[in-house]
Amino acid sequence: MKKSETWQLAVIILIALAALFVDLNIEHPDWVENLLFWRPANQRDIALRRGLDLQGGLQVLLAADVPEGQELDATSMETARRIVESRVNGLGLTEPVVQAQGERRIIVELPGIENPEQGVETIKGTALLEFVDAGRIPLPPGTVITTTWGGPQITPPGAEVPPTTPTELSPTAGSPLTPTQPSPSPGVVYETIFTGAGLKNVGLDPRQGEYAIPFELEPQEAQIFADYTASHVGQYLCIVLDKAIISCPTIREPIPNGQGSISGKFTFDEARQLAIQLRYGALPVPLRVESFNRIGATLGAESVQKSTRAGAIGLTIVLLFMLIYYRLLGSLADVALIIYVLLNFALYKLAPITLTLPGIAGFILSAGMAVDANILIFERMKEELRRGRSMMTAIEIGFSRAWPSIRDGQLSTLIICTILFFFGTNFGASIVKGFAITLAIGTIINIFTAVFATRVFVRQVAASAGQWVSEHKWLLGV
Amino acid sequence: MFNIVEKRHWYFLFSAILFALSIAAMVASAVRFGQPLRLGIDFTGGSIFVLKFDQAVSEDDIRTVFADYGLESAIVQPRGAPEEHIWQVRTREVTANEVGSLLAALEERVGKIDRDALTFDTVEPAVGSEVTRAATLAILVASLIIVAFMWFSFRRVPNAFRYGVCTIAGMAHNLIISFGFYALMGILAGWEMDALFLTAILTVIGFSVQDVIVVFDRIRENIPRHKKEPFETVVNRSILETIHRSLATQLNAMFVMIAIILFGGTTIRPFISTLLVGMVSETYSAIFIAVPLLVVWEKAAARRGVARAMA
Repeated sequence: MKKSETWQLAVIILIALAALFVDLNIEHPDWVENLLFWRPANQRDIALRRGLDLQGGLQVLLAADVPEGQELDATSMETARRIVESRVNGLGLTEPVVQAQGERRIIVELPGIENPEQGVETIKGTALLEFVDAGRIPLPPGTVITTTWGGPQITPPGAEVPPTTPTELSPTAGSPLTPTQPSPSPGVVYETIFTGAGLKNVGLDPRQGEYAIPFELEPQEAQIFADYTASHVGQYLCIVLDKAIISCPTIREPIPNGQGSISGKFTFDEARQLAIQLRYGALPVPLRVESFNRIGATLGAESVQKSTRAGAIGLTIVLLFMLIYYRLLGSLADVALIIYVLLNFALYKLAPITLTLPGIAGFILSAGMAVDANILIFERMKEELRRGRSMMTAIEIGFSRAWPSIRDGQLSTLIICTILFFFGTNFGASIVKGFAITLAIGTIINIFTAVFATRVFVRQVAASAGQWVSEHKWLLGV
Repeated sequence: MFNIVEKRHWYFLFSAILFALSIAAMVASAVRFGQPLRLGIDFTGGSIFVLKFDQAVSEDDIRTVFADYGLESAIVQPRGAPEEHIWQVRTREVTANEVGSLLAALEERVGKIDRDALTFDTVEPAVGSEVTRAATLAILVASLIIVAFMWFSFRRVPNAFRYGVCTIAGMAHNLIISFGFYALMGILAGWEMDALFLTAILTVIGFSVQDVIVVFDRIRENIPRHKKEPFETVVNRSILETIHRSLATQLNAMFVMIAIILFGGTTIRPFISTLLVGMVSETYSAIFIAVPLLVVWEKAAARRGVARAMA
């Protein structure tokens, strides 16, 4: 036996044992978890991640709500994503997911959320807060108005943009800003004094059974606020959220310290939602809900249980088939297939890959097709043996001649996985992505187990027991 | 030697019958539902609710509540075993704001809903057209890349172009039959086209070359080895030499897919079933359609060559 081959066998066994160790459902030592340097330090737990369809929860697909053809810069989408992430974290759920999907979409996954309506509202509200000069006539809450704060939808918060009048807005850029309700006095443009970007601290305060949101302003805005309140005593200052009036308190006296409070008829949930939104700032890009999808927790658990059973049954049949049809060779392929399963799961845990129902289906399917490479090789070997070649020659010819077909087949699968992945990414169908990822990982691992590992096994057996096997041809199924 | 290629007219006839049935299913679906394949909410936009009540409820009560929300055209259907009290309601798009009060109204006027089992899915209509465009593009790109890949793999074989075209023929065959199957199931079991169906179709495209490649590889290998044999015999020999592998591989893939269909729950049943049909069709079309077509083409070309030489 060649020395290099003993080494190869040792490496395969080591890899298989390491995979088994990762797969085991135990507390892994900290130093092992800390080897996963590519993951953030606080997310190095070795555990299988279940997608939303397996654990239940709400998935919301948000898209930038800008007119067709308008340029979206990547920075504002990234800012929007981070703001959405902060808001989601404010909801206090375990392991929410906020990811960019393609150039104009954000996918949000909220496991175990109680009130989906609230979740969606908290996430997507632009939360552009304005303090507006209403002069001497108060506006009723809910009224949609036009303000001098021009294109907030396309202006990053905090950027100093001179207030523009509606006539200066181009019609395309202006269209999403058109209020859905008619404004009370058409043509009136209210002056924005400052926006929510100037808020420093935002709190939550139960007051007389209604919730209020106390806030503190940054020094610059505090100064504007002080000057303004000093010169407009007796007039109305409206607090406007996303162009709709929340309240129009009277300015009773100048407010020099930059502290104030937003009160309206808020329930706790509404007040908390608004507080979260104000705390993390307005979205630089308005978002629209393209789809939302809730899956019940019991359904998720049922899916896990059923697909595990289906996978176990399917794999058992494949293992038996290989054993019965290819005998000795089949048993080696079975060992390779078991290593294949171990490696896949280990990779899901280490990477980590979030498993979804189609993802599991992709994995089971890839396991069923993983033996294809072995079948190609074994059939070729049997053919060569029937032609009267020696066992060693048959083995080598089997592997070398089957390789082009295996390679081409695997490549075409990988090409399709790539297409599926991009297709899934671009319209936010994360289920499509899940399938593509597990199928692609399986295909790559398959080359290692079905071609490399099996070849080492077969050569080892041929080297140590070749004579005996040749005398018992039935073992090869010839 | 058993001659598969010789009986090719029978396979062509068999496939022609399958085509006719597939097209008939799509026409029937188009007549009945206005679409050759019933489109799910991923394409049309809309909402689907799956509601599990804790007691028997009346279908009319559910319909009335939805109608009060302006959803008169809601399609209300029972799902699962009757004692589970599971209902599926499909409507036009319900916004996130409406869901909460709609569910509250259902609980108040119809019956208590098991919130742990509650599932709903809403897609904005505008997304639908984009999905359709993306899907069409994905299918076209996938087919083109796979054919280019075939052509590249066989570039050193004489008439590599023909191998590519015969692969497309096989691929088209698999797609027509997969679509026909889904259309039929749409009529029989209400299956609707969704993102998973597209995944299945794209996967079928990808796997459309798996068996063809093996046979073509063997033809490539056998041509120089059996120079004296006519092309048809070489092709037939290549099929027979590889058929064990094709069937064994197909069997294993079928085992796992049938296991998922039987035991894997209802959610992915249409998806895996489509894959199964597509892949069985693939193995069949590789051996009985794509490769015999290659023979037909070579023969026709040879006849033309002879005619030209004689003229």
